[in-house]
Amino acid sequence: MALNIDNIRSDFPILSKEVYNKPLIYFDNGATTQKPLQVINRISEYYLNENSNVHRGAHYLSQIATDHFENARKYVAGFINAKSHREVIFTKGTTESINLVASSIKGLIEKDDEIIITAMEHHSNMVPWQQLCINKNAKLRNLSVAGDGSISLSELKDLIGPSTKLIAIAHISNVLGTINPVKEIIEIAHNNGIPVLIDGAQAIAHVNVDVQDLDCDFYAFSAHKAYGPMGIGVLYGKESWLNKLAPYQYGGEMINTVSFNITTFNELPYKFEAGTPDVAGALGMESALRYIDNLGIDNIRSYEDELLEYATNSISKLVGVRVIGTALEKTAVLSFVVDNIHPFDIGTLMNQLGIALRSGNHCAQPLMEHLKITGTLRASFALYNTKDEVDIFVSALEKAINMLS
Amino acid sequence: MTIKERAQSVVDEFSMFDDWMDKYAYLIELGKELPLIDEKYKNETHLISGCQSRVWLHASYEEEKVSFTADSDAVITKGIISLLIRVLSNSKPSDIVTADLSFIDEIGLKAHLSPTRANGLVSMIKQMQLYARALQIKNS
Repeated sequence: MALNIDNIRSDFPILSKEVYNKPLIYFDNGATTQKPLQVINRISEYYLNENSNVHRGAHYLSQIATDHFENARKYVAGFINAKSHREVIFTKGTTESINLVASSIKGLIEKDDEIIITAMEHHSNMVPWQQLCINKNAKLRNLSVAGDGSISLSELKDLIGPSTKLIAIAHISNVLGTINPVKEIIEIAHNNGIPVLIDGAQAIAHVNVDVQDLDCDFYAFSAHKAYGPMGIGVLYGKESWLNKLAPYQYGGEMINTVSFNITTFNELPYKFEAGTPDVAGALGMESALRYIDNLGIDNIRSYEDELLEYATNSISKLVGVRVIGTALEKTAVLSFVVDNIHPFDIGTLMNQLGIALRSGNHCAQPLMEHLKITGTLRASFALYNTKDEVDIFVSALEKAINMLS
Repeated sequence: MTIKERAQSVVDEFSMFDDWMDKYAYLIELGKELPLIDEKYKNETHLISGCQSRVWLHASYEEEKVSFTADSDAVITKGIISLLIRVLSNSKPSDIVTADLSFIDEIGLKAHLSPTRANGLVSMIKQMQLYARALQIKNS
């Protein structure tokens, strides 16, 4: 089914803004997407009519807030096809979800154990493991990334050894757009008895995520990169794994009984949700995921693929432009460099022309080092972007290059 | 010319352009003309931290005045630092340390840069003033 982009755009009032007297072209969706009215209204509605603390006071509003909050959890569980809503932990976002696992798994990591990541990880899926390894005298192993932005499964097999305790990898690279073969990776890992954490930050709004089909042990993502509010995200974890992990933070809802000397912890998912949760955020996230479901993730995927192909072909015609990340399986992200021109310079001029891009190292310094570049420019697309916008972007890019050459 | 007079001349020049794309074109031109730093100073010691692009800055002291040379791998950054050098270079250390740099706000540069880039601009100024202070102490 083709998407009606005009209708969709009218759901996102911010898209009709002007920047420096130019129509805003928002191509920084990899950093965060804009939010539709449905999400904004849902959050307002909560604070206007439903606000109360959850799981606590036995009163009318608290019951409503609790029901809606738990329904949001169930919706998320359905969205990613989790077996149970108990496997859905609300966090602040992808970064906290990964930190939660890295912190709570500490007791299971010993000296000389190994954790495998890839050279394309965002700092958020690299530094928590690096610090865990430093802390436990364990080793962080790095799966390399080929020139086109792909990884090699045979290299992964070589890296896996008896000391490998975990593999953590991005579903989709925030810099290269590569869709990693996570299902195959998980199968290889499980054949060796190794759990896998998937950083799904860049995937959740762009491709179908089915945690049972993937069979991943953990899956982390943020609402704000999928049309939802900032400050809330999810850690999916298989129940067996979540039961094995120690609590992450203490206090509030995660407590069962407390005496001066001992505390028993609540059951899943509350064991990992200390303190008052972001209820409005959870409801906003549910609305965002419903928005995606109504349009159909597969329709979104094919529309965005078409847009990416169109944009890739268009900028490739410009002299000096080199696309970074040309893996066969990629989506929604177009990173590029221009020969002899610093990304900063192009980004500055493009900003002046109303085009929101990201320039720099994209929180992936090891990848930049690996690819021997100082940074890239990144256009990242969402379901409301259009070919007309791509055309304006390409002519602005041409103008910027001419000014800087 | 005093620092204040040189700053005013920068403000006057920028006020000739209405469109920011023209101001950027002018910054790019200035960047291309920046007096280049001696290659031997393009090292870690002379790198300014806090900038998105790499910026090298060197200060020398002669006849009680500080002179700066700089380079960057981004040309707009070079244009910006060339403005700073034009205003601050060839001045007494004490004048650099106490200089009124409101011309940056007056030409609207800071407001036009993203926060990280505006921070980079602040880092450049800080580094120039640090050099001036160090040379002042060393030569007093």
